[in-house]
Amino acid sequence: MKNKIIEGQVIPFDQSNIDTDAIIPKQYLKSIKKSGFGPFLFDSLRYTDPGDLGTTKKRNLNSDFVLNIKPYSDGNIILANDNFGCGSSREHAVWALKDYGIEAVISTSFADIFYRNSFKNGLLLISIKKDELENIFDEMSASPKYNLTINIQNQTITTPNSQVYSFVISDSDKERIIFEYDDIELSLKHEDKIQNYESEMKLKKPWIFENNND
Amino acid sequence: MKKTLYDKIWNEHLVHENTDGSSLIYIDRHLVHEVTSPQAFDGLGIKKRNIWNKNSIFAVSDHNVPTKNRALGIDDKISKLQVDTLIDNCKKHKISYFDLNNINQGIVHVIGPELAITQPGMTLVCGDSHTSTHGALASLAFGIGTSDVEHVLATQCININKEKNFKINITNSLSQLISSKDLILHIIKIIGTSGGTGYTIEFTGSCIENMSIESRMTMCNMSIEAGAKSGLVSFDSKTFDYMLNRKYSPSKQHLKNAIKYWETLVSDSDAEFDKTLSFDAADVLPQVTWGTSPEMTTDINGKTPDPESENDFSKKQHIQRALDYMGLKANQDIKSIKLDKIFIGSCTNSRIEDLRQAAAILEGYKISNHIKQAIVVPGSGHVKAEAEKEGLDKIFIKSGFEWRDPGCSMCLGMNDDSLLPYERCASTSNRNFEGRQGDKGRTHLVSPSMAALAAIKGHFSNVIEFINEK
Repeated sequence: MKNKIIEGQVIPFDQSNIDTDAIIPKQYLKSIKKSGFGPFLFDSLRYTDPGDLGTTKKRNLNSDFVLNIKPYSDGNIILANDNFGCGSSREHAVWALKDYGIEAVISTSFADIFYRNSFKNGLLLISIKKDELENIFDEMSASPKYNLTINIQNQTITTPNSQVYSFVISDSDKERIIFEYDDIELSLKHEDKIQNYESEMKLKKPWIFENNND
Repeated sequence: MKKTLYDKIWNEHLVHENTDGSSLIYIDRHLVHEVTSPQAFDGLGIKKRNIWNKNSIFAVSDHNVPTKNRALGIDDKISKLQVDTLIDNCKKHKISYFDLNNINQGIVHVIGPELAITQPGMTLVCGDSHTSTHGALASLAFGIGTSDVEHVLATQCININKEKNFKINITNSLSQLISSKDLILHIIKIIGTSGGTGYTIEFTGSCIENMSIESRMTMCNMSIEAGAKSGLVSFDSKTFDYMLNRKYSPSKQHLKNAIKYWETLVSDSDAEFDKTLSFDAADVLPQVTWGTSPEMTTDINGKTPDPESENDFSKKQHIQRALDYMGLKANQDIKSIKLDKIFIGSCTNSRIEDLRQAAAILEGYKISNHIKQAIVVPGSGHVKAEAEKEGLDKIFIKSGFEWRDPGCSMCLGMNDDSLLPYERCASTSNRNFEGRQGDKGRTHLVSPSMAALAAIKGHFSNVIEFINEK
């Protein structure tokens, strides 16, 4: 059976309600592309000087920010408190996380729109219990160099002390991460059903289909 | 089985149930704006896919547009490219687009209802989290990311899991000068920013029944700030009145049948909800957010919290961090907080009713000398025209406010309207996140009348006391 293993250093964000405005600030939403957002991930926390899409000079790093501190700066797994990804629906937040090299985010809960956006882009989100999360935070404060191994097929996280936590994701989200499906292609397999539904509704609720283009 | 309004709209739009519990749901209306759509149109092009139903789509530029000197066009090259990209995509695919100088232009969540693009019982999506606004018209509306924008363009459907039902029942009625903005901030204060995650919230009770459609929109708009993708209000005589004689209202030929369908769009009296919250509207006072999350709210007579009195270490840190960011101390009186800027606008509070409420406070007064800038940004060309017809623009201008053109403006500061570092703003918008209105800017969310009064006083003050003295 095909599987995917994510392994790497954890980046600890002991904060709840991390919003998508913080993950990628508004000035970068002016881009019409999907790529190139990595350097702007957590922009206003990561740098001490302001920036935008046109900035060419080297930015000043905020040496207190977790992404700028070794060994976290080599990390690919974010560990954060409750309700990660709340606020704006901007998918740019997920593009920025992916472009930076983040492969998974672990928290106790995620905002709904962010959750969908992440799996659509192959970013794994894992919800674990509060005490498990706190346990990892505690272990990390004792040893900052902290690698987790995530086995997606088995739905397990293994800590450096060989402790194993299991997590729940839907089969379809699991397959999205492992196989990187094209969701549109999957939905269009039901093209006939969509067409039948639409034909039925054109008779039942014709006002919805009135020609609005003028 | 007795059904909620959400269950009814869901069932009506169900195309296919997948084995994993997700479902294909048909989308009746798709609103598109410049910021979250270019990559979706690109994706279609790369895969050589067609748009399923262009008649279901309406596009407008709102986030990234200037709100003054509009005749000069868009100065910022990067912003202009984004708006031009939307115009090009609409031309290429023959999609309705409202140009910046068209009276129908405005914030996407203001123009949808106003033009009756949004209608009861419809499913409606937009690449914007505040799409929840449209639920005030008994339509199932929610924000989506750009991948889903592309998905809806190509398939007219969205593949989602059904949410649970959450009823928020508000009895009695709001006191005079207390607005639905105060009410929704009060609710978010109670249930928190993730209290509605995984649910569709339906607002019910006599308070909601007596509320105008515009006020209901403010409630549904900020459902997302409580974590719920959609807010809903059942269809009633107010919805009925609102739906008639608008640009895209159903034609005469179909109106009778449309109304017959709309009348079914109420939760059955004994429908079961997974979660319920009930409270008395008379208890709600004017609200002000003090922190960097919409749940960090207190009433005008309140104080900022003291992190020392919080036992949970993580919460303690969260409060301290927010106070530090906001430049506030523990136990500080809300009324002592002095403002630099005032923003009246956004998809939460830029409709005619909001502008009337603010103008009623401002009439006969000048804004404080301490206020560096106060702007009013109407939600749409129609709101602007109506306000000017009623003379509200003159009241705003006379008091010292700038009267602008429609757009999202300082709610997120993608255009030139933003806060400078450490500036403090009383804002009628919806998010007080760090940096939301400008890097290091400090946002306090309030109702339109509270923002207007803060402009006069230069600090927060109680509208109820003010009006008693006025």
